[in-house]
Amino acid sequence: MNAVSIPLEHVMALAATLFLIGLAGVLVRRNLIFLLMSLEIMMNACGLAFIAAGARWGAADGQIMYMLILALAAAEVAVALGLLLQLERRLGSLDIDAASELRG
Amino acid sequence: MEALWLIPLLPLLGFVTLLVTEGRLPAVLVAMIGAGSVGLAALAAAPVTLDFLQQGPGTVFAQPLWVWIDVAGFSPDITLYLDGLSLAMVWVITGVGFLIHLYATGYMAGDPGYSRFFAYMNLFVFAMLMLVLADDLLVLYLGWEGVGLCSYLLIGFFHDEPANGYAARKAFVVTRVGDTAMALGLFLLFRELGTLDIQSVLSAATTTWPDGSTTVTVAALLILGGAVGKSAQLPLQTWLPDAMAGPTPVSALIHAATMVTAGVYLVARVHDLFLLSPLAQSALIGVGLATLFMAACAALVQRDIKRILAYSTMSQIGYMFFALGVGAWSAAVFHLMTHAFFKALLFLSAGSVILALHHEQDIFRMGGLWRRLPLPFAGMLVGAAALAALPFTSGFYSKDAILLASAAAPGGLWLWAAASLAALVTALYSARLIFVVFFGPPGSAAGPDDGSNNAMRGPLVVLSLLALGGGWFGLAPPAAVLPDGGVSHGHGGWLAWVTGAVPLLGVGLGYLLFYRWRERTAALVSGAAAQTLRRFWQAGWGFDWLYARLFEQPFTALARLNRRDVVDVPFVLTAALLRIGHQLAADGQNGRLRWYLANMAAGLALLLIIVLGAA
Repeated sequence: MNAVSIPLEHVMALAATLFLIGLAGVLVRRNLIFLLMSLEIMMNACGLAFIAAGARWGAADGQIMYMLILALAAAEVAVALGLLLQLERRLGSLDIDAASELRG
Repeated sequence: MEALWLIPLLPLLGFVTLLVTEGRLPAVLVAMIGAGSVGLAALAAAPVTLDFLQQGPGTVFAQPLWVWIDVAGFSPDITLYLDGLSLAMVWVITGVGFLIHLYATGYMAGDPGYSRFFAYMNLFVFAMLMLVLADDLLVLYLGWEGVGLCSYLLIGFFHDEPANGYAARKAFVVTRVGDTAMALGLFLLFRELGTLDIQSVLSAATTTWPDGSTTVTVAALLILGGAVGKSAQLPLQTWLPDAMAGPTPVSALIHAATMVTAGVYLVARVHDLFLLSPLAQSALIGVGLATLFMAACAALVQRDIKRILAYSTMSQIGYMFFALGVGAWSAAVFHLMTHAFFKALLFLSAGSVILALHHEQDIFRMGGLWRRLPLPFAGMLVGAAALAALPFTSGFYSKDAILLASAAAPGGLWLWAAASLAALVTALYSARLIFVVFFGPPGSAAGPDDGSNNAMRGPLVVLSLLALGGGWFGLAPPAAVLPDGGVSHGHGGWLAWVTGAVPLLGVGLGYLLFYRWRERTAALVSGAAAQTLRRFWQAGWGFDWLYARLFEQPFTALARLNRRDVVDVPFVLTAALLRIGHQLAADGQNGRLRWYLANMAAGLALLLIIVLGAA
């Protein structure tokens, strides 16, 4: 299994790009569904970074962390979809800025 | 002598009764309670006095009632202490006080505040008795402030008139200045000697302090400050003329016979402190002489009959302070007593005149009253004679004793000359009072309608007798307490003759100036310089003007400056700062999820930059 390995820097750059794309999505989109999708992208960026780092140092921790992130993402989606339905029912829209009743 | 506690209790009971009934009692009953309680107190004093005289003038009787406070070695107890000095004061207060109360039942008849008036008067008599019977300086201070309160309440008795309220406040505030000094003096005594029991303080003072030590001088001067305020001496005298706003019996009782002489009593009571301090004794002489002269000149030009008597009171108390200063202790107390007789008589007679003329107080609108108001005239004549110290009246004996004692003091001839000069002025203004009011050309005042009744006539007669014959009372009881051992009448030589002749000279001069050569006198004083002097003296030597500029105006200016509470600036600023911070934080809390996220990301980026930059 001595294939040409992808340099760590490249993977990290990809992860960072993905993370920033996700962050930008979170910041600019107002629709809650797109927000959640952007969050998924950010989490996957993190997961990618863990995998790459784990492979680079030959440690299993990275893969374990990725599995944790997967579980977290699944749980998050379950909760978030419930919130999403409630939001639609109460406010009649999915605009996240409409849910700003906790302003000081 | 066991009945001593009854003497202050009876007026207190009278006060409480009148207080709780809130003026619902009929006037007859109010008069009986008001005057009766003081009369009964005088009756209760009679067996006490008999016992006292049987046991000799040096007797001391202390009646412990209860312990007031007991804290860490400080336990002032309410003990009534009777010796010759307090006995004389008890008689002045209950005896003269009863006569004045009796007079007031007639004088105040028909007033809507009849019950309130007697309630205050009874409270006053109680407080004054506590003052003179106190065994402890703290209890004395209680009575001291009590009489001050009653003085305030009674000066402002006719409170519909704002000027009366002003006069009452002025009296209260000015005397408070002196009282503060006295309180400081008591603090000092307690800190140094650890007790306020009068006899312990005096004996401890003589053993602790050497002659003329600074501490005892300071203590004596502070106590003198209290006495000066209460007794309307320079420089705290300005309240007394304005205090005449109160009803005339109040002026007679509080501002002539009893309360204003409390300062003299206090100094006589703690005489050991003054004996230890030559400086304090000199201060007594200085204060006394200055007030004596200043007030006599002011009395000479007043137009208001009660203000004449007020300045005269001030001047006579100046004599008492002067006497205390030159060491004629018992002469001072003697004069206190005779002054209580004749000044109460003068005030009550003046009250009858004022009432008969429908509340006219300007002497130049009276005139020619001697035939139409014979009894007030007789009372005023006797009172003025005693005030001027004409021979064989009561004032003659006491004032002669003071003057002759001053001549015997070191440097005495000058003191004697100054005091005699003031005695001449005293005789002069006494003569002016009589000649203008009773023999002058009839004035424009309405009346007279003699509105007095027997309740008012009786006290005038009794007080006239006392003012005439009061000098024959031996003053052995107080003399046994005081260090100079009594009043001696037996001075011979030219000095005694001159002293006796001065009042006659003054009255003769007054006869010429204010009766015989009335027109010539009027022409003489119509010049510009004389008029300026007259205005200056009439305003009491401009002390009100001076104090208004020295104290009132800076104070009001300061208050105006501080209207927006300058001292609050740091606190207001702190609050404003917090409010700005709150606004910033509240604006950040806008409820927008994406805003929070953006901030979080920015913060994280900042942290990263810092951490990486540091690495």
